[in-house]
Amino acid sequence: MRRLISLLVSATLLVATPGLAQDLTAITGGRVLTGTSVIENGTVVIQNGRIVSVGTGAAPSGARIIDARGAVVTPGLVAVDAGLGASEVSSVNGSDDLSNSANTISASFDVSYGLDPWSFTLPVARLGGITRAVVIPNHPGAGGGGHSHHVDDSDFAGVGSAGLQSPSLFAGQASIIHLAAGTEILVRPRVAMVAPFGEAGAGIAGGARGAQFVQFKETLAEVRLYARNRAAYDRAAVRDLSLSRADLEALIPVADGDMPLIVTVRRAADILQVLRLADEEGIDLILDGADEGWLVASQIAAAEVPVLLTPIDNLPGNFETRAARMENAAALNAAGVVIAIKGQGVHRAREARFNAGNAVSHGLPFEAAIAALTVNPARIFGMAGQFGELRAGAAADVVVWDGDPLEPLSSVTAQFINGQQQDLNSRQILLRDRYRNGGRPAGGMPLAYGN
Amino acid sequence: MFRRSLRGPSLAVVACALALVACATTDGAPAPAGDGPGTGGNRRALPAGLDHAANPDPFPSTYAPLPRENMAIVGATVFTGTHQRIENSVVIVTDGRVAAVGGADTPVPGGHRVVDARGRFVTPGIIDVHSHLGVYPSPGVTGMSDGNEATSPNTAQVWAEHSIWPQDPGFNTARAGGVTTMMILPGSANLFGGRSVTVRNVPSVTMQGMKFPGAPYGVKMACGENPSRVYGGRNQSPATGMGNVAGYRAAFIAAQDYRDKWDRWRETGEGSPPTRNLQNETLAGVLDGSIMVQNHCYRADEMAVMMDIADEFGFRITAFHHAIEAYKIAPQLAEAGICADMWTGWWGFKMEALDGVEENAALVDQAPGSCAVIHSDDARLTQRLNQEAAAALAAGRRAGLNISEERAIGWITSNAARSIGIADETGSLEPGKRADVVIWSANPFSVYARADQVFIDGALTFDRMDPRYQPLSDFELGQPGFGIAAANIAPGAR
Repeated sequence: MRRLISLLVSATLLVATPGLAQDLTAITGGRVLTGTSVIENGTVVIQNGRIVSVGTGAAPSGARIIDARGAVVTPGLVAVDAGLGASEVSSVNGSDDLSNSANTISASFDVSYGLDPWSFTLPVARLGGITRAVVIPNHPGAGGGGHSHHVDDSDFAGVGSAGLQSPSLFAGQASIIHLAAGTEILVRPRVAMVAPFGEAGAGIAGGARGAQFVQFKETLAEVRLYARNRAAYDRAAVRDLSLSRADLEALIPVADGDMPLIVTVRRAADILQVLRLADEEGIDLILDGADEGWLVASQIAAAEVPVLLTPIDNLPGNFETRAARMENAAALNAAGVVIAIKGQGVHRAREARFNAGNAVSHGLPFEAAIAALTVNPARIFGMAGQFGELRAGAAADVVVWDGDPLEPLSSVTAQFINGQQQDLNSRQILLRDRYRNGGRPAGGMPLAYGN
Repeated sequence: MFRRSLRGPSLAVVACALALVACATTDGAPAPAGDGPGTGGNRRALPAGLDHAANPDPFPSTYAPLPRENMAIVGATVFTGTHQRIENSVVIVTDGRVAAVGGADTPVPGGHRVVDARGRFVTPGIIDVHSHLGVYPSPGVTGMSDGNEATSPNTAQVWAEHSIWPQDPGFNTARAGGVTTMMILPGSANLFGGRSVTVRNVPSVTMQGMKFPGAPYGVKMACGENPSRVYGGRNQSPATGMGNVAGYRAAFIAAQDYRDKWDRWRETGEGSPPTRNLQNETLAGVLDGSIMVQNHCYRADEMAVMMDIADEFGFRITAFHHAIEAYKIAPQLAEAGICADMWTGWWGFKMEALDGVEENAALVDQAPGSCAVIHSDDARLTQRLNQEAAAALAAGRRAGLNISEERAIGWITSNAARSIGIADETGSLEPGKRADVVIWSANPFSVYARADQVFIDGALTFDRMDPRYQPLSDFELGQPGFGIAAANIAPGAR
C-alpha cells in the first residue's frame, strides 16, 4: 500500500511543473525531523525560497499543499566531501576538477571555478535526498583506510578517488554548493582549506610524519612572514619562500584562524599531534576521517573540534586505521564531538544516509544521525541556521520521504531546494526507463528512437 | 554439477567414453592416483606431479565443520531463499544439514536445542560471489597486495587460493554481516586472471581449512578497460578491446590443442606424454565444463561478444561480474543461463561503469530463468550485502516492479549459489542443504538489522551477544585499540 502511494506521488511529480520559488507551499501531516527535534503531524511552510514556519499549526490559506501524511519530512541532506559538481567520471581526467598537481597552485586551488551545474551527478545525488554539498578538493589519503574504493579495480583504475599526489601539504579550498537545477550552484566559495596528515601527509613531506609537522610549521611561519611584509615581498626584498604568492595569500586566513583547516587524519596518535599543532598555531581545525578517533574522543571533544567521518570504515586497511570500529561515530558523539557523516565520493554520495543508518545500528542515537547529515555539517562550515535545518528563516531545502530516511527501502517522494521543487529524474532513470522491457525494441525500431 | 568439479579436465570425459569402470570410480570422489589412459592406451604412470589426472585435487580441502549441535530455530520470520516467506517458522537443523523448514506446527525432534528466534528473521547464509578477502587483505600494505598477477595478459595458471592470507580481519567482519560462503577471485588486470576458490567463512590457520569441499573452480576473465589499460600502458597487447578478444581466442585455441594432445596420448600411449602446462590445464577445464567462467564484464556489448566466443569454442559462461549493463540484455542473459553479478549503488568511476543503474538487479530479475546476484568486490560492502539488496529492491519498486522480499533475498543467497556452482549444497533453506543460517535481529532489508547468530554447517560461528563467538584474527591481537572498552565500544568489537 505504501508503495502504491509513493508511486502515485512520483507520477504526480513527474507531470507537475516545478514550483516557483515565491509560491506559498505547506507540507502537512508528516513526521517532521527538523534536524534538532521531531514534530509529529507537523506543518512546514515555505515561501520565497525560505522556510516561513515549522510547527503543528494549520496550513496558511492559499498555500499549495503537499500532503505528507504517513511520510517523513527532513531538511535536505548535506553531502560532505562528495565532490559533487566537480567530477563526472572518476577515471576521465578531463572531467575531474577535484584535484590539482601544479606546485604553484596548491593552497590557492579553488574548486569553485570548476563547478558544473549541469553535472549528471547532481540529479543522482538529489534522488538520495541531498540538497547541499561541501565540495572538498581531493588529496592523498582521502580514500580512507585502504578499502574505500573498488579494490578489484583500484590498482589499475588510472586516476582514482585517492591516487593523486600533490607536491604541497595543502590540497586547496572547499566550496559549498546547492543542488537545485539551474545555472548557478555555488553558495559560498573558499569555506575551508584542506591538508592531509598521517601517512598521506608524511608521504608528501618526504616519508615521515616528523618531517610533515616541521614543514607545516615552517610553512605557516612563511605565511605570517609574508603577511607582515607584503610590500617588501613585492619589491623582492623578502627571503625566498617555499610557496607561491597565490598559495601564501590563500593561507593567511588559515594562519589567522579565520578559515578552518580540514585535516584528514586517521591514527589516534596523529589526531593528538594535530590537535596540539592546531592549538599551538591557533588554527581552526576540522578533523576528517578520524578512524581511530574513539581512542581519543575526550581529547577531540575537549578541543571542540568537529569530525567528518565515514562510520562504516571499520577495517585496518593500513597501519593508521588498526583501531577502526563501526562504533566510532557513536563513541565520538557520546563524548560530545560534533560529527558529520559522509557518503562514498561523487557517485555514491547518496549512501550517506545508509552510512548514518549503520552508525545507528552501532550505537549512534537516531536523532544524532539525522543531525550528522543535516544541521551538523551546516554548523561545522559556518552556515548554522542558513540551511540543513527546518526552522524559520533557513533556506527551504525540504525532502519528503516515504519512510525512515536512513532505510534503503525508503525513497524521496518530493524535494525542494531554495523553495524550488525539483524533478525526481536523472540520466540513470532515463536509462532505466529505456531498458525497462528487457532492451527489446517495440515495433522493430532500435530503442535509440524511443525518446 | 558438483561432482564434475572433482574430475580433471578432459580426463573424466575420455575415461567415461572408453571405460565404464572408470566412470564409476570418479563418481563423487577424486580419481584414484595413477588412473591414466583408458583401455588400449598407455598405462605407464607419469612421475608425480606431471599428470594432472593422477592428482586432480592437489591442494585438498581440510575444512571440518566447527563443533555443532542439533537445533530448532523457532518463531522467526524465515526467507527460505526459494521465494518463500514463512511467519512463526520452525527450522530444524540435524547433523549440520537443514532437516525441515515449516510453520509453527513443524515437529521438533528430540535432542534438538530450541533457539528462540521470535521477533527475528532467518535467512540462508549470505554468499558473496565476488570477494578479494585474503588476496587483497586488510592491511592492504606493501607485501600484502596479492590479488593481481599483472605480469601477463594470460595468467590462467595462477590460483587465488595461493595468495589467500587467512588472517585477513575482513573474514571476521564479513561473517558478522552474515556471509558464510564466498568465492575469492584474482583481480581484473588480466584477460585470464587465474582460478577462483570458494571458501567456507570459518577462521583457519590455513587456506585449505577454509576451502569449500568439492566446490568447482572458476577462472577469472576480464573484459574491458582494465586489461587493455594495464598492458596497453606497457605498449603490449592487449591495448584495445579488439586486442582483448584476440587474446581470449588465442588462449582457447592453445587450450584446445593442449587438451587434444593429452587425449591423444591417453588414447594411444604413443610417443612422449605432453608436458603439463598449468595455464592450458585451467582453460582445458573450461572447455570440458569442469571449470566455470567467472567473467568481469561491465558493458552489454562486450558481454554479447563474450557469449559468441563461448559459442565459438564450445564452453559456457557461468556469470558476468560487475555486470553494470546487464539490464540492457537481460533476456539474452536469462536465455543463455548466465548469472549477472551486480552492485546496486556503484557507477561512474570509469567509462564502462557510466550506465550503472540502481534498478539493474530488479530489471535483470524480471526475465524468466534469470539469475540476478548482488555482489561486493569490497571488504566493506560484503559486510552489508543485505542492505545493497535492499537498495536494489527499493529501486525496482520505484520503477513499478512488484518484487517481494522473499524473492529479493535470493539475490544474495540462492542465485548467488547458482552463480558459483554450489546450489546443490547451500544458498537456500531446504531439507538436505548445508545448514548455513543467519538469525537477524530485524528484517534484513532494514539498515538496522544485525546478524545476531551465524551458523555454518549447523555450527555457531558468530554470536553478536556472546564474546566467545566473536573471533579475532592473529593480526588483530595486541593492535591499537585491542581489548579496550570505551563509550559504545566493547573490547573485541570491529
